[in-house]
Amino acid sequence: MPDTNVSPDTSAMPQSWPAGISRVPFWLYQDPEILRAEQRKIFEGPAWHFLCLEVEIENTGDYRTTAVGDMPVIVVRGENGAIHAFENRCAHRGALIAFANRGTVKDFTCVYHAWRYDLKGNLCSVAFQRGVAGKGGMPEDFRVEDHGPRKLRAETIGGLVFGTVDPAAPSLEDYLTPPIAAKIRRVFNRKLEVIGRFTQTLPNNWKLYAENIRDTYHASLLHLFFTTFRITRFNQAGGVTISEDGAHHASATIGRMEASDDVYKQQNIRSDDDEFRLNDPSFLDAVAEFGDDIQLQNVALFPATMLQQLHNSIAVRQTVPRGTDSMDLNWTFVGFADDTPDMRRRRLRQGNLAGPAGFVSMEDGCIGGFVQRGVAAASGENGVVEMGGRDATSMATRATEASVRGFWKAYRGLMGI
Amino acid sequence: MSAELLFRLSALNTAYAAAIDSDRLEVWPDFFVEDCLYKVTTAANHADGLAAGVIYADSRGMLMDRIAALRKANIYEPQAYRHLIGMPSILGHDAAGIHCETPFFVARIMRDGATTLFATGRYLDCLRDDGALRFVERIVVCDSSRFDTLLAIPL
Ligand code: FES
Ligand SMILES: [Fe+2]
Repeated sequence: MPDTNVSPDTSAMPQSWPAGISRVPFWLYQDPEILRAEQRKIFEGPAWHFLCLEVEIENTGDYRTTAVGDMPVIVVRGENGAIHAFENRCAHRGALIAFANRGTVKDFTCVYHAWRYDLKGNLCSVAFQRGVAGKGGMPEDFRVEDHGPRKLRAETIGGLVFGTVDPAAPSLEDYLTPPIAAKIRRVFNRKLEVIGRFTQTLPNNWKLYAENIRDTYHASLLHLFFTTFRITRFNQAGGVTISEDGAHHASATIGRMEASDDVYKQQNIRSDDDEFRLNDPSFLDAVAEFGDDIQLQNVALFPATMLQQLHNSIAVRQTVPRGTDSMDLNWTFVGFADDTPDMRRRRLRQGNLAGPAGFVSMEDGCIGGFVQRGVAAASGENGVVEMGGRDATSMATRATEASVRGFWKAYRGLMGI
Repeated sequence: MSAELLFRLSALNTAYAAAIDSDRLEVWPDFFVEDCLYKVTTAANHADGLAAGVIYADSRGMLMDRIAALRKANIYEPQAYRHLIGMPSILGHDAAGIHCETPFFVARIMRDGATTLFATGRYLDCLRDDGALRFVERIVVCDSSRFDTLLAIPL
């Protein structure tokens, strides 16, 4: 961590950054050069990125296309259960090797000039390599082994497939660290089933969403659904777990699940005021399915993966930057293969809590845009991130911005600024 | 008979659109039977048989709660819709009701005046006719799998 202001040499922006992690300069959300540097140092650096679910590529040849930042990626089930991931870029002229969202193939043939790749991403043949009727063809010394898209390492945890571009990255398990890996396994503990996929386009820099998901301070202040309808219990315990390097975060809200009627009896301060009662609170009737009293758990993995358990609504979110002031948020809602019909219905109903229309997530769709617009003329100013101190360590409260500081700690480390 | 039904369905959709577009959201649940299903999903999810919705309400109470949340709890920039709802195709009748499919366009008008095409798609409807037509099911299948910023007001 630098202890003086630093100025990366890549931009015309007023790039100073006070030392430490309790100030966040606004040019970070605006500078196209920093976005390019993030692609090189973070997305293609020694970090791991969610690619897909194992159940989405169950059989040999099943593939999905995804993205690691700007990099288009193919993730595919190979022989004997192996999972391969490689850049979705033909080694010939650079066309996408696969342009569908998913499919099942024996091998990949680029549509442009029919160069062919095996499931590991190795180039295996070049159309007309020997020419036609003795004319044309590739030079004698052309070797298919010398050409191919960049390969990613793929590893899994809890049925989630992650990839890293950097051969020097630690193993996925070491990257996540044991406390965070345990939070993932707590929820993702058996065979998954996809129940819905949605993409939300947010009008803000991807880092504003990375901060938002780690910002436990805002939850009860911006999202008023639970408090308005008297659902939050004042004695709910919880806290945040932050990995040593600051990169990863898990927040938990702990409380015993109770039938909605009881919850209302005990909590409804204005018990005779129907205006503040839900007509059908039964959608919040949750079942403790993970052997504990954690009602809400949000895990944020550096840089761009988030795992949500809101009662029985479980989802994976992936952020993909689309320029300095736009990003895609890809939601994959899941259940488990062994869900009863009742449990599945519960997940569908509790799905109303999150997503682009989520009762407690809708605001996160616009709040990043409010910041992006608010700081338009303030590239030389800084945001203040001091709630709960100036460092980034686990805390037994959610009234803290420790995890936001953790993000910047990891970010400054990887970016070298 | 069929011409009259077509006319009544079109009139219903016109009233439905007018209620939403003129911000009379409190009457929106009245277009549904008590034991209804209202879901906003995408063509891709629908084709894949994936059941989750961006909004998933399987009781009229949940529709009322959706509106109550928009009015009292949720925070979003002022915005309005303009629905253009096409001619319904009547697909058939069965014990559940009348089945039809109807295309729609929805423009979104933001606080600053920016008007954009927010969603296109089709309503997959099942309606009960007990003098008045009401939705047993309205599945909103958006053509795109992408939602811009957020979905607050129902489609
Ligand atoms: S670009 Fe792929 S074969 Fe030419
Ligand atoms: Fe939030």
